[in-house]
Amino acid sequence: MNVRLYVWQRTTAAIMAPLVLVHIAVIFYATRQGMSAADILSRTQGSIAWAAYYGLFVAAVSIHAAIGMRNVLTEWLPLMERRAGRYAIAFGVLLFVLGFRAIAAVVLP
Amino acid sequence: MIARQTAYRGSALWIAAMVHRVSGLGLAIFLPLHFLALGLAIEGDAKLESFLRWSDQPVVKFAEGGLVFLLTVHLLGGLRILVIENFPWTGGQKQLATLAAAISAIVAFIFLARVF
Repeated sequence: MNVRLYVWQRTTAAIMAPLVLVHIAVIFYATRQGMSAADILSRTQGSIAWAAYYGLFVAAVSIHAAIGMRNVLTEWLPLMERRAGRYAIAFGVLLFVLGFRAIAAVVLP
Repeated sequence: MIARQTAYRGSALWIAAMVHRVSGLGLAIFLPLHFLALGLAIEGDAKLESFLRWSDQPVVKFAEGGLVFLLTVHLLGGLRILVIENFPWTGGQKQLATLAAAISAIVAFIFLARVF
């Protein structure tokens, strides 16, 4: 892992630490009496705060997970760095697109 | 010679590094599925509701407990790495790594106790 990727990996980790803590709290809150679509959507639909929170989360996790995946591919599989980098970028883009699609699904009325 | 080169394997901090990597890999594999599940709301509330009722199965709840463990242990393991790299705090790392695993197991257990 080069210095640039290392800095991105650690910066996104630092950004996500408080986001993950809140997410765990939300998981506990949301599952307190079983989850329902109406329950989830009543919290999220039309909420700019949830959109911003999960937007930042999705952007950070897409970068963080892609770099982590690149490390795993180069260290655990006999892949050249360039090819591993391409797969990692594809994975990061997939997470980014699916993540923002999910946010749109639960935030847009 | 090879045995000496791999002697670090099995030490508490090697296991902590492996847990951090494997938990990250598990979360990375889960994330696209998580996003696809939430994305069902695009097709209407009923689609998401139907998926949530499917997820009431005990086996799915146990899997969710496992994911809560992975998320917590990856968070705490990551915080330990950030602290080591950015602050002059290097002592007691084996104990901290063990504590991180114990806290994660407790959080996952509490989650399971609440959903069952």
